[in-house]
Amino acid sequence: MANDVWVYIEHKDGEFSPMSFELLGIGKGLADGLGSNVCAFVIGENIENITKEAFAYGASKVYTVEGSVFKGFRADAYAKASSFLLDKHKPEIALFRATSQGTDVSAASAANLGFGLCTDCIGLNVDGGQIKMTRAAFGGNYTITVVNEKAKPQIVTVRPKAFAMPEKDASKQGEIVKEAFSISEDDLNTKVLEFIKSEVTVNLVEADIIVSGGRGVGSDEGFKVLKELADILGGAVGASRAAVDSEWIPYEHQVGQTGKTVKPKIYIACGISGAIQHLAGMRTSDCIVAINKDPDAPIFKNATFGIVGDYKQLVPKIIEKFKTKLNR
Amino acid sequence: MKIVACIKQVPDTEAEIKWDIPKGTLKRDGMDPITNPFDEFALEEALLTRENYDGDIIAISMGPEKANDVLRNALALTVNEVYRLTDDAFAGSDTYATAYVLAAAIKKIGDVDVVFCGKQSTDGNTGVVGAELAAILGYSQLTYVSKVRQFDAANKKVVVERAIEGGIEVVEAKLPAVISVIKGINEPRLPNLMGIRKASKIEIPAWNADDLGVDKSKLGYQSASTKVVEIAVPPPRGAGEILKGEIDDIANAITDKLIELKVIK
Ligand SMILES: Cc1cc2nc3c(=O)[nH]c(=O)nc-3n(C[C@H](O)[C@H](O)[C@H](O)COP(=O)(O)OP(=O)(O)OC[C@H]3O[C@@H](n4cnc5c(N)ncnc54)[C@H](O)[C@@H]3O)c2cc1C
Repeated sequence: MANDVWVYIEHKDGEFSPMSFELLGIGKGLADGLGSNVCAFVIGENIENITKEAFAYGASKVYTVEGSVFKGFRADAYAKASSFLLDKHKPEIALFRATSQGTDVSAASAANLGFGLCTDCIGLNVDGGQIKMTRAAFGGNYTITVVNEKAKPQIVTVRPKAFAMPEKDASKQGEIVKEAFSISEDDLNTKVLEFIKSEVTVNLVEADIIVSGGRGVGSDEGFKVLKELADILGGAVGASRAAVDSEWIPYEHQVGQTGKTVKPKIYIACGISGAIQHLAGMRTSDCIVAINKDPDAPIFKNATFGIVGDYKQLVPKIIEKFKTKLNR
Repeated sequence: MKIVACIKQVPDTEAEIKWDIPKGTLKRDGMDPITNPFDEFALEEALLTRENYDGDIIAISMGPEKANDVLRNALALTVNEVYRLTDDAFAGSDTYATAYVLAAAIKKIGDVDVVFCGKQSTDGNTGVVGAELAAILGYSQLTYVSKVRQFDAANKKVVVERAIEGGIEVVEAKLPAVISVIKGINEPRLPNLMGIRKASKIEIPAWNADDLGVDKSKLGYQSASTKVVEIAVPPPRGAGEILKGEIDDIANAITDKLIELKVIK
């Protein structure tokens, strides 16, 4: 239908995680508001499993483009296929995750179709038949709500974990619409030579729990203690820019305006003062714990639980308690 | 090689922000401008590329008069040419229109091998202009680049490393390419005094919509497909509970509270 809600399902060489389907949840909500259906679209080489899974997470239809040229993600190939699908079917809105892949495909698709797009949305709802999209702007100090009056489809990227995961029901089925679209290798600009897996096993943006450290951590040794806590909790380690600039931890861990934007369920900030640029990257976390020596540190104004004290004494104690209570 | 650096002037985040509420755009005049932090890395990468492979750097910036400051800074860093893209018709452009104007300037410059831009701006924060630019120009789209391994100008190729979720992707791409860079790809240098003095005397040329031959109906606030309907200050999270007592009691209390959330698996 012309006012359907489409969700781009990202994957890497056929590999996917439940998070790949997260937007089918909010997609369904929007489709209910518009009186239409939520559909998935998948581009790739071997995508049968992903297609099945998309139905289980609530897609009523799945549109696919398949071909060997889509082996391995390449922005230009995927964006061309995505633009083709969106232009042909003109759904009301197409949702992409605000990840590197989602951003690459959505931005290039929007440009191919000649539209602007709304990025990193944290709120989406239907109001009087119109979709309103809310995003943080200017270092998280403001939120702006945007409508898209001209583009069809409206192209939107959504902050990972901003909306609840949809329920999974493996018995659900739906219609697969296979579209033929091919490009020749000569028309593509890029070739992936290799992928070097990072030693960091937990992806900061997807992590439910983040233990983060700032200048107050004092050294790379200090970060080992935070890592121990993160490991016990199955979480990831984050950092402020001051800690990254001090070279205690690589940039890929930086949270904030010029780092990653995260929205974990628990964010534990140790020795972080809570500068605006840091808050921009983590203030929408569900529960924020702040550990800081300075009772006047601004981080306490944003913390669910605040502890005034030295992390060097507190964190090892907290590790010890978790070990006992969680039997680890 | 012919190298273009796209740079943007952004308000200093420390400064107070003024919104033009009816239009939903930032009032950029009257604010202290700085070069968008990510674009400093783009500019530095352009300088390094010129050092290693020869060529000319042309820096472009779309923006009001104030944008001259960041272009002058680029001149002080010894880029060869700068152009400011400005026209009343550009005001209120969305990401597509911005990329469209930048693309028109790059076409006008002509025979470009590589375009460097920052991953995102710290004001608009959309992080898509690089990708849109590549799509409009039909250039290779290389985003999140953490390292440029090698240019092969003769064979029109480049190999870069992209820092994406879970690791580093090594990509070979045809030139011309748009490379958007992340923080940490290099250490941006500062201009020296002589550079600053020289730059202060140079007249900065401006290109308007007619110079660029762009279709005004695709531009600006009137045609932007996304419109701001509301601007709000997010509700403060509100200070929560401060846990007090002996270290042992605090550790007990906080671990209980976090376990109660049922998030820890
Ligand atoms: C354009 C721009 C972009 C920026 N982007 C980012 C960004 O992406 N991310 C980011 O984080 N910052 C960013 N910043 C920097 C930001 O403004 C702050 O400088 C930075 O976040 C401060 O880091 P911090 O809190 O670790 O350090 P500080 O502000 O120095 O705070 C250290 C804190 O540790 C506490 N402390 C010290 N010792 C201990 C101890 N033993 N136990 C407990 N507490 C202790 C102190 O009381 C203090 O509050 C940006 C700045 C600019 C201008």
